[in-house]
Order: sequence, then C-alpha cells, then structure tokens
Amino acid sequence: MKVSVTVDGVRYEDDVEPRLLLVHYLRDQAGRTGTPIGCDTTNCGACTVLMNGMSVKSCSVLAVQADGAEITTIQGLANGELHPLQRAFHEEHALQCGYCTPGMIMAAADLLRDNPHPNEHEVREGLEGNLCRCTGYQNIVRAVLKAAGSAEVTT
Amino acid sequence: MTTETVANEVGKARRRKEDARLITGQTNWTDNITLPGMGYVAFARSPHAHARITSVDLSEAKAAPGVLAVFSGADVAAEQGGLPCAWPVTPDIVMPNHPPMAVDTVRYAGEIVAAVVARDRYAAADAVALIDVSYEPLEPVLDMEAALAEGSVKIHDAGNKSFTWPFANGDIDAAFRDAPIVLERTYRQQRLIPCAMEPRAVVCAPVGDEYTMWSSTQIPHVLRVMLALVTGIPEHNIRVIAPDVGGGFGSKLQVTAEEVLALLLARRLGRPVKWTESRSEGNVAVHHGRDQIQRIRIAADADGRLRGLDVDLLADMGAYLMLVTPGVPLLGAFMFNAIYKMDAYRFACTGVFTTKTPTDAYRGAGRPEATYAIEHIMDDLAAHLGVDPLELRMRNWIKHEEFPFTTIAGLTYDSGNYEAATEKARSLFHYDALRSEQAERAAAGATVRLGIGISTFTEMCGLAPSRILGSLAYAAGGWEHASIRMLPTGKVEVVTGSSAHGQGHETAWSQIVADELGVPFEDIKVLHGDTQVSHRGMDTYGSRSLVVGGTALVVACGKVREKARIIAAGMLEVAPEDLEWDAGRWSVRGDPDQGKAIGEIAFAAFAAHALPDGVEPSLDSDATYDPDNFSFPHGTHLCSVEVDTETGAVKIRSYVAVDDVGVVVNPLIVEGQVHGGIAQGIAQALYEEAAYDSSGNLVTATLADYLLPSAADLPTFTTERTTTPSTGNPLGVKGVGEAGTIASTPAVVNAIIDALRPFGIEDIPMPCTPERVWRAIEAARSARAEGAAQ
Amino acid sequence: MISSKFDYVRPDSLDEAVRALASGGDDAKVIAGGQSLMPLLRMRLANPEKLVDLGGLGELRGVRDIGPAIEIGAMTTYYEAGRDYLIRQHCGLITQATATIADPAVRHRGTIGGGLAHADPAGDMPAVITALDATLVVRGPSGEREIKPADFFSDYLTTTLEPGEILTAVRVPKHDGWGYRYEKFNVTAQAWAIVGVAAVARRADGHVAEARVALTNMGSVPIRARAAEAAAAGAEASAAALAAAAAHADEGTSPPSDLRAAADYRRHLARVLTGRALAAAAGAS
Repeated sequence: MKVSVTVDGVRYEDDVEPRLLLVHYLRDQAGRTGTPIGCDTTNCGACTVLMNGMSVKSCSVLAVQADGAEITTIQGLANGELHPLQRAFHEEHALQCGYCTPGMIMAAADLLRDNPHPNEHEVREGLEGNLCRCTGYQNIVRAVLKAAGSAEVTT
Repeated sequence: MTTETVANEVGKARRRKEDARLITGQTNWTDNITLPGMGYVAFARSPHAHARITSVDLSEAKAAPGVLAVFSGADVAAEQGGLPCAWPVTPDIVMPNHPPMAVDTVRYAGEIVAAVVARDRYAAADAVALIDVSYEPLEPVLDMEAALAEGSVKIHDAGNKSFTWPFANGDIDAAFRDAPIVLERTYRQQRLIPCAMEPRAVVCAPVGDEYTMWSSTQIPHVLRVMLALVTGIPEHNIRVIAPDVGGGFGSKLQVTAEEVLALLLARRLGRPVKWTESRSEGNVAVHHGRDQIQRIRIAADADGRLRGLDVDLLADMGAYLMLVTPGVPLLGAFMFNAIYKMDAYRFACTGVFTTKTPTDAYRGAGRPEATYAIEHIMDDLAAHLGVDPLELRMRNWIKHEEFPFTTIAGLTYDSGNYEAATEKARSLFHYDALRSEQAERAAAGATVRLGIGISTFTEMCGLAPSRILGSLAYAAGGWEHASIRMLPTGKVEVVTGSSAHGQGHETAWSQIVADELGVPFEDIKVLHGDTQVSHRGMDTYGSRSLVVGGTALVVACGKVREKARIIAAGMLEVAPEDLEWDAGRWSVRGDPDQGKAIGEIAFAAFAAHALPDGVEPSLDSDATYDPDNFSFPHGTHLCSVEVDTETGAVKIRSYVAVDDVGVVVNPLIVEGQVHGGIAQGIAQALYEEAAYDSSGNLVTATLADYLLPSAADLPTFTTERTTTPSTGNPLGVKGVGEAGTIASTPAVVNAIIDALRPFGIEDIPMPCTPERVWRAIEAARSARAEGAAQ
Repeated sequence: MISSKFDYVRPDSLDEAVRALASGGDDAKVIAGGQSLMPLLRMRLANPEKLVDLGGLGELRGVRDIGPAIEIGAMTTYYEAGRDYLIRQHCGLITQATATIADPAVRHRGTIGGGLAHADPAGDMPAVITALDATLVVRGPSGEREIKPADFFSDYLTTTLEPGEILTAVRVPKHDGWGYRYEKFNVTAQAWAIVGVAAVARRADGHVAEARVALTNMGSVPIRARAAEAAAAGAEASAAALAAAAAHADEGTSPPSDLRAAADYRRHLARVLTGRALAAAAGAS
C-alpha cells in the first residue's frame, strides 16, 4: 500500500505492507534510527514520537495509519539548537544508557504541550508510559521541571 | 621525586560527553547496523520446558518467501561446540554441555531449536512460524527441593545437583552451643528478569575468514576470547565491537547462543547476518537473576552481640551453567556477615538445575541476596530482643577505628565509617519523629500503618584480585588495562578496557586523565568497546571499572609523565631530578618559568629532532592493573512505608540513602547510579518476579506481565554521601554501580515487616505485592484468633 | 514481535466500513486506535486476515448533547473524552476513569468505542458505562440497534456484535447532581486493574438515595454489584455505613485467579473498594 509520511520535515513516499509498524518504517525505511524499540506490548514507550503534534507509541501504530501524517522524532526536535528538554536532560544527568531517552524526551515534550507548568506529581504521572531501567527517574523529573521553567517551551 | 596531581576535574559535576549523541538520536545501537546483503535471523524456540526433539521439519520454512536458509540443531551440531562456563566452582562440579542450538533435548522453554535467515525481519518471523518441530514432552522440574529429591526426573544425565560449595571460619558449633539466642529463618530470593531497556542484538559480518561482530554486550573482550575457544575460529580473526549498548546490569555479561550462532551462520552463508531480540523473546532467553532459597541461623548473646552465622543456600542454576552462573552465589558467600563482627561463620551453597532459563549475574550478583538475608535477620533479632534495630546494628558493626578489618569471612575491609553514614541518614530521615508517628498509629489501631526499614550494608566490588579469582576457580583474571596516546597536537586518546553501557566512562575517564596530565577535559577522547581499538580489557561488571580501570588510567598517566620528564629535561637541558610537575607542566624547581607543557613535549616526541640518546620518540604508555583487594563501599539506607492493612497496598513515603563510595570522581554519575540502583532494588521488593506455570512456561514474558516501575510508582529519594577514601587504590575510589540495588531491597522489605510486626508477621516473601501483604495479615489475624480461642 | 500478514482497508464512510467488515466474516477485524489490538497482533494472539480501519470516519468522533443524554462517538479518543466539557458536566465518572487508562500516548490513540468493543473485563470503560447505565449504539448490515451493557458484553473479549456490526456511539444518561468515583486498584501505574469499582450515587438528606456500582475484573464481563447497590440505597452517606453496604459487593461475581491476584483476594478488594468508591461518590469524608 502506498503511504506518504512526513518525518522530521521530509516527505517520504513508499509502498509498504499493511502490517509494517510505524517504528519499523521510521527505522528501516526512512532511516531514522534515533527512535528505538524496547518491547512488544506498548509498555516501555521508547518508541514514542509525535504524530500530528501529539505523542504516540510508534510500535502501536501501523505505517499505513500514518499516511498523510506529520511525524516528529527525537532527531527532528532540535531546530539548529537543542530543544530546552534536550538541554535540560543533559544538564540534569537525566540519562545513562540513553535507550529510553528519545521516547522519554518526546513524551515529556507532549506533556509540556498539554500542561506547560506541571508539578512533580504531574510530571511523574505524565511519564508513566515511559520505562527507564537506569536512572530511577529522579533526574528525568528534575529535567522536565527545569525545561518547564524555561521561557521557550514549545514542541 | 613524587608528583601530585591537582584535582581540578575529579570531583566536578561534569555533564557527560556521551549525551550529545544520545539526546539527539544519533546513536549507534546494534540494531541500527545495516550491511549490504545482510540476512535477518529469527530463532524458533522450544515451547516445552523439558522434551526430546523427535523431528524437525524445515521444508515449509525453506520454501517461504525471502528465506535464505534454515538450520536445525542437527545442521550445526558438528561446529557449534558448547557455550562456556568460566567458573567451575568445585573440582567435581556437574557442568553439562550447553549447545547453542538444541539437538535432541530441550531443557527450558525458550531454548533455541532452529534458525531462519531471511531477507528482512518480517519474512524471517513468518518463516519461523512454518518450522515444524515435534517433541516428546518430558516432565518439567521446577522446584529446587523436588529436583534434589530421590527419584526426581533427571534434567541432565549426571543429575540435578551441580555442586555444593562450602566455607567455614571459626568454631561454628561453639558459637551456637549454649547461645542464649538462636534464630532460624528461611527466606526466598525470587527469580528476576534484568530487563535492560535495549533488547539484545547481534550483527556478524564475514570478510574471507575474518569476522566482525557487533553485539549489545558488556564484555567485548571476554566475548572475543570465548568465541574463539567455542568455535575454533582463530582469535586474531575475530573482532568484537560493543557499539552503543542500552543498559546491561549483568544481563549482557554473557556468551550467548545467539552470538555463537550468528557467527556460525555468517560463516556458513558468507554474508552478514543480524539478529534483534524482541522483548518477549528476551524475557525467556536472557539469563535470569537471583533465585535462591536461603536457610539462615544466627546465634547471639543476650545483649545482641553476634556469636555466629550459619547459611545454607539452594541456588537455582536453571537448565545449564552459563558464563558465571555457579559463581554468582559465591560472590555473596563472603557477604552474609556483612558489616558485623562475629566469632564464627559457615556457608554452604548447592547449585541445582531446573528446567528454567539459566541464571547468571544480575546487578549485585550474589551480594544483594546476602545483604537481604543478613539485614532481614538482624531486624528479626532486634525484634526478638526488643532492641531498636539501629542500636543492634551499632552494637555489632566494625567501628571506624578498627579499619582495616579482616572479617570472619576472610576479607579485609580497607576503610569505612558506618557511624558517620548512619548518623547522617538518621538525621535526614527524621528517624525519631517517624518512630513516634509509628507508635501513635499502632496505638490507635490505624488502618494504615507506618513501617521503618533499615539497611546498613557494605559490598565487595571492584572485581577483582586475579589471584583470589584463581583461588575460587574462576577462569579469567580481574585486571584492567588503559593505554594513553599523546597526539602531536596535544590532544589525548585514552584507550580503556572498560566497556560502558550507561556509566559515563567517557566523561569520568576524561576527568581523571585531565587531572593526571594537566590536559583540558575537552582535549581528551576515550575509546572503548572495540577489540581492535581497545586491544586489552576485562570489560565492565561488578562495579569494577572505576576502581580497576580508573587505577589503570592513573598508572598509565604516571608513566606518561615520567617519559615526558625525561624529554622535557632534554629540552630544558637540565637533569630530570631538577624538574617538578604542576598542572600539566614540567618546570625547573625554583625557576617555574623554565618549563615545558605536556603538549609541547608531545610534539617534541613526535618530531623527535633532539631527543636524549636512547629515548623512544613517544610518550604513549599503557598499564595493566591488577587490584590487591576488593573495594568496599558502604552505606545506610532508611525507608519508611505506609501499609494499607485493608488492601495490602504499600506506598513508600520516604527514602534516604547515605552512601560512602570513597572519593567521588563525578557526583552526578554517582548520584545517578544510586538512584537507578535503588529503583531496581525497590522493584525487586515490590513488583518483580519471573513466574512460571506448572508446565514450566514463563508467564511473565512481556512487560505487561513482568511489572517494572515507572516514574509514577517511585518516590523522590534523598541521597547524600560520606567520604571515607579507599586505601586500596591511588584514586581512593570504591565503585557504586551496584550499591543502590544491594541496599534498597532489604530496606523496603524490612520496612513493610516493621509496620506489620504488631500483627505477628515476621516475613513476607518477595515481591511484597498487595495480595501477599494482605494474605500475611489475614493469616496472622487468624493465627492470633485461634491462639486466643485456645 | 511481528504480526501475521493481513489486508487493510480504510473506508471513507460508515456504510463502506459495515460492508467491508461483513464481507470479511470471521476473518475481518475492526482497528480503531489499535492500542488494545496492536499488542495482540504483534504477539500473534490475534491473526485476522483483514483489518478495517475506522480512522477515516470523522462522523464517529465527537461528543454531543442530545437532551437527556450525552452521545459519545465511538471513535472519540480517551484524550478527547477526558477533556470534553459535556462529559465532565454530565457524566464526570468518564472523565475521571479515562485519566486512569494506560498513559498519555496510548490515550491519544485509544478510543472509547475500541475499549468497549474489545470487551476485556480488566479494561476500565466497560464497568464505567455499565455503572452509568449507558446505551450502546450499533450499526450493521441490517441497520441500527441499541444495546444495554448487560446485553452487549457477553463473555471474555466477546460482545454480542453480529458479523459486520460496528459500535458507533455510546449514549450516556446525564447524571447531573450525582457523585461519582472510579476506584482502580493496580500494582503499578501501568498495570491492569486487579479490581476496579465504578460507582455513581445520588444523595438526598445526608443519605444515599440511589447508587449504581459496576466492577472491573470480577468476572468475564463487567458486573453490577446489585447487592451493594440495594444496601447502599437509603444508607447514611458515611464511610462506615457505606463500607457496611459494600459487604456483599462481590455477590454474583466470579473473579478470576491469575498472575495478578487470586479470586478470594479480588473478592475482598471488591468489598473494600466498593465501600471506598461509594463513600467518595456520596461525598462522605
């Protein structure tokens, strides 16, 4: 089936199997390997991207369902400069191995779109769909709160 | 002629060099790698825990679209050898052959029985579904005690017991004889699934008879050696690269069937192959952690002074012994006595086979199990005596003035200060106020009870002095290697044998070298993970990299400085003894303007125009450091929980960790390791268990069933430090990677039991789910009611 | 893991969707948000030959005030429902419950209709609409019909939808003035409810005039806790009285024993949580 998907500002047109997962399309066909896969059951959130501006788990969307959509991955978040969330994750040591980080940042970006000034509880709840095995989340929460304090928080 | 480095970088909260690629998605995970002509591998795995393979029909799979080749165990039997176990802990250990692909018998659900190589991952998955394997099911063996019983089904011809390993020091019988108090307990360490966030992946590319393997591994060097030994392919024809690796926690400290088979398939087909694990595959196929039944007896005087400790473990090996499987419980053997003094200690561990996924190292590897048992029984002892549990610990621990101290288990702890860490933790935790609140709630018969859990731990890490490993029958050494390359323009390449997978070595090693050589942090590049680049190493696990790898750096840098001294002396036309080192410069004592910076000296070595006679034109140096001793970080963790006695729900109200990891190189990295370690230990206490059904199938095969906590499930931790430098290495560091996990599990479980002791509860088997907590309360209530009725 | 192959159509109209589904018979399945279906496909627990994607049917999205009830289009996402003013005003139990479902990314895709048609008794929406005594609107080859929850959920993952029928909307009676509470008990935030209690209560003179309680994961379908409802009617709006009323909340249920919990524990939880949910719904402290 033919699909046309815009990924990080670039339009891709491809012929895909209906069962092709969006995350596999992004990684294997569009070459956007910045978005990883961490599980089979929509739990871990490592594959989180923005689809038409809202977070989705790209392992749980078919590429054919993304026909005509605009996808933003971790690789499309910065605009020449690092996004405030990327800077905050770096400053607050909110990553160790980095595998959950793309999904965590994209989920956090969506959280701040929806709620620009969350408190700690709201950040923790807002990130409940993203698992990390390295950091214990504490610095991640700090980073999101820091980025929220920033004046330039937009997705 | 001593030189001292000025610590400008060590101790700084440097942001990490690794982050740049990780926060922008410019990562190099093994699954990213795509090579021309690459075939995708998928494995068929046994659905049975124990069965004979009666036939394997590959015909439909071979004919499926996009399939390049399909193999059964018979097809690879001649060349696949057996997966190695590098730790035969006893001379008479039963160590059955472990074929990467099962040929006639499967012994755990998930064991590989066939492999497909196809043109894309979807075709490979479809073809695997067409492989038809017939089995004659055999009885699974899922319980260790049943496995050891007379008449049990034999998993291996030589029986279900792999080994018994004993240790004793002191007169244990005397310690227990006439002891005023003897407590006997049985605790359960449940089986865990490490669940690093990156599922494993392997790529193997052949070029003639040379092979490059990329693998999501913690051990590229060890893997290379082992692949050579297992397959017979000459070691110098194998290159192993660990690219970016998304977490390990011991789960990627392994020589796996998938890696060996990828190598064999690449050789067979003459083309690159890639295998990427799915999470549900990994839950059955990655080695599991922990899984012990612990019988423990403690003898004490009436005032609580410990006389002796007697430990008897059953450790579940799973179906086969993998790389260090039998040695994991032994790492805990020296830790049950923990921070306490006592007259006698006896330990025995029996390794038992079951028809389950093999176990092996998982964060802490033997030490969390030991710490859990001793900290739990110390609380039990305190309750029995009616003594505050912190007070009981204080009566028995090694005092600050007594270091270095040789314990009853024969280890010499170099330094420590349990008093300082505990005092700090107690104050941050508001210990007295919480005890008051606890008492009030209990007196009022409140539905929600408060509990306080304590964990005063030490651990042995910085693995390890090679001669001790040898004495324990471990096949490899415990040294680490570093190589410093001084580039002509003054930049520095640091080649380390460590293999980070999230620990921030690129940053921390840069900090160390910056101080040792007086070179700017930004001018240093750390190279690791590729056996062609980092030609020597013993890799990363056991909280060893900073202690052993960091010391190797220091030693190598010292050699660089000395080489530079000689060349600088030549440049300045003075005697080498007349020079002193300060912040990257050799200068004439008493005339500091007369000096040469190390960068200038490096260029002079490169040009080599005027070097003193006999001096090599190079500052490059390396060092292989073998530690003399383990290192012993310690700490005090305090946890308060609220237990809803109506539902059994447990909520952590506060968590304080005061850890002493010696000198701190990078406080951000240390704190991050503590946070992550605590989270994993809490998860063992409350959420995780690798559960099997009665047929031997893993029912927690996905993250929907094997519960990992998210940010919404964990509290904010208060983490602080005390600093008691290690006397065992020039940096004074102790290692921190596993400490948080070792400490936290008993802190949480002790807290829950502390809340419920008024009900007569003394233990709740982990994970302490709401149901288990509720059931314990109900059982205790019934027992009380029955007791009252009599 | 990777799903089996399937064909895929994305109809532009409801009629086209009904036809596509009917022609596929047992081998065709609807995909809405996909958040329940995708894991089943990837684990090869579901292997349909054709997927009919309702994502193009804008007519099935949105919330309308139809007088005595609020009509929620089946393709309305949990995110949209959670933010909807009409829902919050007139049947806020749904607002509260959707916030407990999975996580934000899943709620951006998952739909009210999808969760209901999937009919997992461990899912939250089935009990919620049962407690609200909603009506499910279904369109099929033989036209439109309305079904009450007790007649819609027939078994584990099974509804009474005939081949070719699509759930198009849920009509929820306005519950103005009623208190509500969805009490969800799970081990971790991501985990399925071990037990969930959806309670709505109407107060009069410091007493509960009327209550409806439906239970998540106490059987193969959502179950009304009728004994507890009867006991609550007329009871004082206090925690103690409503805890007592909840003593028989598990009557008529057949809770599963599974990895998460044994049946007796579920029964106990149902009783305790029903008391708490009723107390919260009744505004008792």
